[in-house]
Amino acid sequence: MEIPYTVQNRPDTGVYNAKIGVWLFLASEVMLFGGLFSAYVLLRVGADPGLWPHGWLNVTLGTVNTVILALSAITTLLAWVACKVREFGKFKFFHACTIVLALTFLSIKMYEYHDKWIHYEVALANGKFADGHLVGKSPDFDLAKKTGSITLHGHVVEDRKELMDLRRPEARAAVPEEMTIPSADIQKMENYAPRHNTFTAIYFTLTGLHALHILGGTLVIFYLWGPGSKMWFTDPERFTNRIEVSGLFWHFVDLVWIFLFPVLYLT
Amino acid sequence: MSLKALHLIFVTLLTMLSFGCSAWAFQAGSVMGGAAALVGGMFVIVYGVYFLRKLKNISYL
Repeated sequence: MEIPYTVQNRPDTGVYNAKIGVWLFLASEVMLFGGLFSAYVLLRVGADPGLWPHGWLNVTLGTVNTVILALSAITTLLAWVACKVREFGKFKFFHACTIVLALTFLSIKMYEYHDKWIHYEVALANGKFADGHLVGKSPDFDLAKKTGSITLHGHVVEDRKELMDLRRPEARAAVPEEMTIPSADIQKMENYAPRHNTFTAIYFTLTGLHALHILGGTLVIFYLWGPGSKMWFTDPERFTNRIEVSGLFWHFVDLVWIFLFPVLYLT
Repeated sequence: MSLKALHLIFVTLLTMLSFGCSAWAFQAGSVMGGAAALVGGMFVIVYGVYFLRKLKNISYL
């Protein structure tokens, strides 16, 4: 049995079925991300004064990732255009570029996550706060038993609020140094994981969901570039439509990042 | 809506983001960053015009 309207436009909708399908899917995605963006706005406006973090994320890495995704949107479009003008070799090249760019984006994102994972805020017994990246723990370190020590690369502040806005001139001027803190001097220590505060929670949720979409899109594009490209030799029109549908999803994921980047990195 | 139409929306938003980033960087005191984002935004406009000319025979639907 032949599947109808994989190439020809359906008379009542005016487009082929896969396009209608992907647009319905993208509509549900808009609601998903829209809900999370709304949650971000509500959390932010509801935060106590001075307790919403600023400057916690690496703007340079975020900018590089924005450029990478923008380039991948262009290569996706060029892959589709190559199919339209029947240049299979160019399609292969542009889609390979898309895959490489997507994997680069994910690698940078993983690096950012790792950076947050080894970043610790330590409440000291003297009421001050040490903040920095974990260099190491002594073999006998045990916070509950108060044995051993940790080494951080960072700095100490008087008030926790000083850690919230890292764009302040004083925060920028602070020179990080390596310090060893005995376990007996530590009241509490916590890394910048999702549980740390509402900002890290919404940051990991939004960017994690987005990264999963990038991963899913990459798998689909890889399939169409590799084993799925056999269809080109039997039904090039239908294959071209598949490339368009995957490109629509990829553009949606890129559009989400265009909103995520300024909201999370610049504000 | 075809990939061409969505790409046009993407290019438009990317241009706005570039100029927005430029303003943000200038306000934050980064002249180099602001200038780079400004040049990036203008490059995106040039690309947008090129893309529209190149794909003028492809439908928006």
